[in-house]
Amino acid sequence: MQAKTVNKIATGVLYIIAGLVILILAALLGYILVNGVPHLSWHFLTAPSRAFQAGGGIGIQLFNSFYLLILTMLISFPIALGAGIYLNEYAKKNWFTTMIRTAIEILSSLPSVVVGLFGFLLIVVKLNFGFSILSGAIALTLFNLPLLTRSVEGSLNSISNLQREAGSALGLSKWETVLHVILPAALPSIVTGVVLSAGRVFGEAAALIYTAGQSAPALDFGDWNPFNMASPLNPLRPAETLAVHIWKINSEGIMPDAAAVSAGASAVLVIAVLLFNILARWLGKVIFKRLTAAR
Amino acid sequence: MAQNTPLNTEKPTRNIYQFGEASEIALATKNLHVFYGNNEALSEGDLQFERYKITSLIGASGSGKSTFLRSLNRMNDNVATVKGEIMYRGLDINSRAVDVYEMRRHIGMVFQRPNPFAKSIRDNITFALKQRGMKDKEQLDAIVESSLRQAALWDQVKDDLGKSALALSGGQQQRLVIARAIAMKPDILLLDEPASALDPISTSQIEDTLLELKEKYTIIIVTHNMQQAARISDYTAFFHMGKVLEYDETRKIFTRPKVAITNDYISGNFG
Repeated sequence: MQAKTVNKIATGVLYIIAGLVILILAALLGYILVNGVPHLSWHFLTAPSRAFQAGGGIGIQLFNSFYLLILTMLISFPIALGAGIYLNEYAKKNWFTTMIRTAIEILSSLPSVVVGLFGFLLIVVKLNFGFSILSGAIALTLFNLPLLTRSVEGSLNSISNLQREAGSALGLSKWETVLHVILPAALPSIVTGVVLSAGRVFGEAAALIYTAGQSAPALDFGDWNPFNMASPLNPLRPAETLAVHIWKINSEGIMPDAAAVSAGASAVLVIAVLLFNILARWLGKVIFKRLTAAR
Repeated sequence: MAQNTPLNTEKPTRNIYQFGEASEIALATKNLHVFYGNNEALSEGDLQFERYKITSLIGASGSGKSTFLRSLNRMNDNVATVKGEIMYRGLDINSRAVDVYEMRRHIGMVFQRPNPFAKSIRDNITFALKQRGMKDKEQLDAIVESSLRQAALWDQVKDDLGKSALALSGGQQQRLVIARAIAMKPDILLLDEPASALDPISTSQIEDTLLELKEKYTIIIVTHNMQQAARISDYTAFFHMGKVLEYDETRKIFTRPKVAITNDYISGNFG
């Protein structure tokens, strides 16, 4: 066959495959949104859930999801940043760093339900943190850390070595160069990575079922003292998140409008993750522009 | 180098060596050997560089000239093993006891590809100075202006010093990088093919800049461009297969080379 014909066939096949991926994605998203969006209302988004009657909302679960996300990021980002900087800027290639990289690789392919059960045994039972936001955040950190570390490492790696040479040629130490030259330049990409991983954490259920728990006790949104049991900020209260709520309704929900609540909650979850993705791109672009274009 | 105290023969009493007086010979290498792993990239480098002169290092790709240049301010520390002495103001700066960060402020470097920081034009120049504790805004502004003037960039950028350096053209970026290097007030400026990624107009501007900088700095430049070496340099060293085959006044190298290979190279028969 002629090279030209082969090229045409290859291009066509690739178009079909790409189209198929988009079609599956669009069908899934469309199904969830079409089924879920009609159930959305301010009441649904803010009211507490009901176990036996119709008309319950997802207010507490939604809040729990965001609170857990913030807590997880507060724990995992500094560690991932440090590990990423070490791996990309300081680590020499030897058996020790190869081992770290392999460990990260393995950790990132660990099924989240295994992370959840590990968190249950270690954090909930052994360390006696109970079903709590803190237990959930630690479990999610284990789940999130490998991917975030690699994303930070990748962001730093994409900064040209010319920048590092520029730093040393001016008599700056490695740390000064990393802190003031490499990190700012990598910031857009790091932020994008963080927000994308936030989307992944937000939608995670399996790791939380046995750590953050499956109950959402009533919260008093007037009480912001983190030491009070009814305070939304209390990190030691059990906290069912949105994703766990969806799983729970579908497996053992007995409220009459379970299907509707599940559809609505799923739509909210998908929209939130979509927003995270759009935010990631937008934020990355804005920061990149600020750094490179006219100020 | 007669008045200098050869501190390197004594045991260091402090971690940071004190540099001695400047002399007519700005930099000298003795018995320099550079290894990449077990491969010797440079086996002979006994060169002396005269102060306030431009010295060109020429030679084919892989002849060891860039390796040599990068060894001079220890940029090869992490990639190669450098043996031998590099004498600067009476000190062997290839010694482990020397504070490399301090040393590199005396011996600055400009690379082949322009590498401005992703910062504003002003911050590109002031950043390293601020890191060294210079805070006075007027003083910093004065250095920004004087170094940009010396690099022949001031008139083009004086109105938007807050603009990102990445928005400049390649030639402007390279001159900004030169300005950034001379803002540190180095003695010696090492340039690794500074114009090879630039168009002819930017190249000739850079050359003019270098000829002006010669008044205050000792310049050592690696170049692939024979005409450039002939145009701007006072001395030329010809590198071939890791050895310096010939080192003399540029005029002599280009008119009456002593070695046949040098003649072949500069007349374009190989390389």
